Amino acid sequence: MNEYALGQGLWEMGFAAAVPFTLVALSAMAVLLADLWLLPSQKRALPWAALAGVLLSAASVAFLWNEEATGFGGAIRLDRFSAFFAMVFLLGTGLVVLLSSAYARREGVERGEYYALLLFGTSGAMLMASAVELVTFFLGLEILSVSLYVLSGFFRQRPASAEAAAKYFILGAFASAFLLYGIALFYGASGSTTYAALRESFGSAAFPYSHGLLALAASGLLLIGLAFKLGAVPFHMWVPDTYEGAPTTITAYMSVVSKAAAAAAFIRVFGASLSSLQQDTSAVLWVLAVVTMTLGNVVAIAQTNIKRMLAYSSIAHAGYLLVALTAAGEAGYSSVLFYVLAYVFMTLGAFGVVSLVRKGEGGADAGAEALDISHYSGLAGRHGLLAAAMAVFMVSLSGIPPTAGFFAKFYVFSAAVRAGEVGLAIIGVLNSLVSVYFYMRIVFLMYMKEETVPVRGSRSRAGWVALAACVLGTLLLGVLPSSFARLATESIASIF
Amino acid sequence: MLLAYLPILIWILLCAGLALAIVFLSHVLGRKRPTGAKLSPYECGITPVGDARSRFPIKFYIIAVVFLVFDIEAAFLYPWAVIYKKLALVGLLEMAVFMAVLLVGYLYLWKKRVFDWED
Amino acid sequence: MLDYVWLVPAFPLAGVLANVFLGGRLGKKFVGLVSCASVALAFASSVAVLVEMLALEPGLRHVERHVFTWFLSADLKVDAALLADPLSVLMMVVVSGVAFLIHVYSVGYMAGDPGYRRYFIYLNLFTFSMLTLVSGANFLVLYVGWEAVGLCSYLLIGFWYEKKAAADAGRKAFIVNRIGDFGFVLGIILIFRMFGTLDFGSVFPRAAEMFPMGSPTITAITLLLFLGATGKSAQIPLYTWLPDAMEGPTPVSALIHAATMVTAGVYMVARCSALYVLAPVSMGVVAAVGLATAVYAASIGLVQNDFKRVLAYSTISQLGYMFLACGVGAFAAGVFHLMTHAFFKALLFLVAGAVIHALAGEQDIRRMGGLRRELPVSFWSFVVASLAIAGIFPFSGFFSKDEILWDTLQARGPLVWGVAAVGVLLTAFYMFRLLFLVFWGKPRHGGHVHRPPLSIDVPLACLAVLSAVGGLVGAPMLFGRHFIKEFLAPVFAGGAGHAASAGHAAAAAAHVSAGAGAAHPVSELGMALVSISIAAVGIALAHRFYVMSPDVPRRLKEKFATAYSVLLNKYYVDEAYGAIFVRPLVAFAAGLWRYLDALVIDGAVNGSANTVAAGSRVLRRLQTGRLQDYALSVALGAVVVLLFWLTRW
Repeated sequence: MNEYALGQGLWEMGFAAAVPFTLVALSAMAVLLADLWLLPSQKRALPWAALAGVLLSAASVAFLWNEEATGFGGAIRLDRFSAFFAMVFLLGTGLVVLLSSAYARREGVERGEYYALLLFGTSGAMLMASAVELVTFFLGLEILSVSLYVLSGFFRQRPASAEAAAKYFILGAFASAFLLYGIALFYGASGSTTYAALRESFGSAAFPYSHGLLALAASGLLLIGLAFKLGAVPFHMWVPDTYEGAPTTITAYMSVVSKAAAAAAFIRVFGASLSSLQQDTSAVLWVLAVVTMTLGNVVAIAQTNIKRMLAYSSIAHAGYLLVALTAAGEAGYSSVLFYVLAYVFMTLGAFGVVSLVRKGEGGADAGAEALDISHYSGLAGRHGLLAAAMAVFMVSLSGIPPTAGFFAKFYVFSAAVRAGEVGLAIIGVLNSLVSVYFYMRIVFLMYMKEETVPVRGSRSRAGWVALAACVLGTLLLGVLPSSFARLATESIASIF
Repeated sequence: MLLAYLPILIWILLCAGLALAIVFLSHVLGRKRPTGAKLSPYECGITPVGDARSRFPIKFYIIAVVFLVFDIEAAFLYPWAVIYKKLALVGLLEMAVFMAVLLVGYLYLWKKRVFDWED
Repeated sequence: MLDYVWLVPAFPLAGVLANVFLGGRLGKKFVGLVSCASVALAFASSVAVLVEMLALEPGLRHVERHVFTWFLSADLKVDAALLADPLSVLMMVVVSGVAFLIHVYSVGYMAGDPGYRRYFIYLNLFTFSMLTLVSGANFLVLYVGWEAVGLCSYLLIGFWYEKKAAADAGRKAFIVNRIGDFGFVLGIILIFRMFGTLDFGSVFPRAAEMFPMGSPTITAITLLLFLGATGKSAQIPLYTWLPDAMEGPTPVSALIHAATMVTAGVYMVARCSALYVLAPVSMGVVAAVGLATAVYAASIGLVQNDFKRVLAYSTISQLGYMFLACGVGAFAAGVFHLMTHAFFKALLFLVAGAVIHALAGEQDIRRMGGLRRELPVSFWSFVVASLAIAGIFPFSGFFSKDEILWDTLQARGPLVWGVAAVGVLLTAFYMFRLLFLVFWGKPRHGGHVHRPPLSIDVPLACLAVLSAVGGLVGAPMLFGRHFIKEFLAPVFAGGAGHAASAGHAAAAAAHVSAGAGAAHPVSELGMALVSISIAAVGIALAHRFYVMSPDVPRRLKEKFATAYSVLLNKYYVDEAYGAIFVRPLVAFAAGLWRYLDALVIDGAVNGSANTVAAGSRVLRRLQTGRLQDYALSVALGAVVVLLFWLTRW
């Protein structure tokens, strides 16, 4: 077999579909190994190596942008949908790496494993979005989750961090069990685990349950497992504790990448494959969406720790995503994609600011992270740019134009209205009204209060670049959303 | 379809029945003369000392995990070897990738001095 | 020039950018100059647009200019498009003109403030937002302007954020406005759902074809939009933010009250006149809310002692008249009153600022008095403005207010007219109370009176002229033509079908030609005389109470102590809102937090230092309890979902 034929053969087997996440995984291994041989003074190169891996993979995604391929016997698929999500994950990872380059060093967790695990997690997320077979999907989910379990406990000396990891791990394993059980039941019912088989099993919308109780139970279990990963109420209990205890950059990564990956898998499984169950899925999601939005927003009001507040805010945003998933249809799902993209910029930005602010001179714990909301009092006076960036993210998170958050919500709610879920849209708008209160409290503190505790912002150039990118992204999506919305629609069209 | 599994079900029921029967019979027929020594845990061994949750070096965990990984590698290699010829070049390459990934892990463990017992 | 409508909002935006990026380096003079120049250019270009528009046939005065395609989704295309039609151009001219004078005034007023540059950036941004709002060609651009105006008002009201009252007032303005915005957004969503588009140009003409008169859908849409208007334009029940907004710098109050913020609601209702005329119920609600607010706010204004607070309630009351006009179908009269009100209310506030400035920050009118001689320009301006707002011929307010009253009489009968007339009486009374207390009598203030700089006096004089003669453009009895109504006619073409409006137009025409309102038992001229006399009675009463025998108010105060304190405390509405809405919500959130979060979840803070002190026993128990609780929650959720799921079989 000559070289050309081998390449041709691999291509025909759909190896192209594996290229993007393989590149990420390879760079993860490279970082892991490089760390072993680097001198301590050379470890500064690690984040840049990780970033190079991210860029390499992004380049491959761009290169394969118009390709379609199914690989490994129908286990993974490369299409516009997986490419879109790959880009979202890589964008999120790249920004987190930039933010980490300052944060991790200062917090003393700058080790090769940190970046390697970030990259492994990203490869898992990419695998989740491109899987078209349940076991492969599960594999991706576990790669992502295991990386996150370790990363959230990365402050090994801090009890809060260990607690975050332990809780996340145990509850995550619990949820994985639901998923695995669902997969097993489905295999028992149909003898296959591909999404195509899933679609066939549930037949037409007129008679979706021809395949019996077993398959139905399987789909219910899958629904529960994914709801856990999204952080929907009542499967959300781990979110506040884990987000609070984990290193801030990892919290940012978790809230963006793991949520987006769950949404991607959800669309592939329930949107594209189990569409005949859509009415029942929507009935369940409707309830989950309402409780998730409401609990997230209401409890966020009473928070005093900014990470915890953002954790509840991320629960609330999971609720908005659930609204879009309830709406279903191409409009609903493409609004999910837009939302996820907007969410990357605004949430990473908000956590990014948190990771860059620390207590200033004078206190016993100078240099520690400034995590209390009151620490943001008067930030505008001392760090105008940092405060301005935070204000942009808060405005966007509360959904006020002209920011990304406004259009994200606009698309979600208009999809809901179009799907006939007017009540849900109204509850959603009411909820975002409530959310204005706690987001604007931050702006209010920063701009209209005197400084209480001296804080200082990091001067890390990489961190600032990441923040600038987030601000730009937030505003760009708010001013010119149309091309991104078109991208989202095209991506959804590629899987239907 | 499930009918094919009927013998297995019968076999399971037989096993469980036999086990239960033996325990039940010995419980009914046996004489009971309990003494303090007989009721203590590990009645036939040494008197237990201290807490069961004693700490021991984490190396044991690591070795266990490492063993598991390489054990699975071996378990994976056997079936592959059986149909090696059918899989041809692609199969060889796939296994090479798998081994390479494991090798990275192995190097990592080595550099982290997991295999140095004395430390 | 019509092709360059976008220049109108673009100039202030350029001013913002210049000041953000260069202002810090180039100093105060530059900042003030750039701000004023940018708004002046906006004004000049809107005047140019107006002139060019006047040259067009009335039927062709509707120009949409697409700036860029803002966003697309499956069946929705929204352009960032601007609209130049008589209504928006009139608004642009008024907004940019008044804003320009206020900018000039601010140069002198804010001269010593450390936040000078920040102030002008916000002020320009505010003007930009309002110009975007009035020039948008679809609901989304309108909404963007709407939100941006809210944000700017928040920043400017809380400009002196070191003062707790100012910061709180800013927040209150923002939050109360958001409640209104909620209705506004729902209204827009509903419009989109019903019409499939958000362009004014497609929604309005289709409304009458698609929906019958009184259709519940249109009623719902218009009521929701009106909820937004009550927030932005400070009507019952969402007016409470406006009096507190006095905490901002005085020129900002002038801007909010006269040109930018509060008129947005009136503009929006007028813009949507094609929808409102299809919903008689909504028209009734608009009229009722407007009327109630007009009288209610005027009654509060009677006893307030803070200079700016009296003016604030007067604005609320005048806005009520504008909504009353819209509610009886006389949209053109509402917009006309909006315009004249912009002149005299800006003037009143600027005088207030000049007085407060002169007295080094004193705002209590009980500690003023006798300022007639020291501040002649302010005094004469204030006289003109008071005559205008009271509706005395031939000052501007007379024409617009009289028209509203006349239309009300035509559309809703004498009873409603009577209530509105009571408001006129109250207005005349509290305005002249203010005038007499501040400028007449003996000085009750201790210190020296600062002379205002020229940059303060010149805008005052300009506005005084406008307040005096600005109403003549809508004086059919003098010129035989009602310029404003004719100019706006194409916009309210849909509204012209409305009985009252058409009736009035006919009546006015008949009146002009025949010299008497043949169609009606009472002539418009006669009614005008009646309303002037009512206002005159109010002025006379104020004169008697506060100039001739100053102890009358005190005796009345004692005699009607309860009524007085109810009025003084603004009917206790703030307290009631606090008790009914704010506190329960806060308590609810705190309760959820305490019981759900603090007890079940937050014990988890075991990681953080404070719970370590709480003892390891509690800690361990909480920790194990916790995770089990979490798992229990997951399991219960799973059981419920699965049970539901399996019943689908």
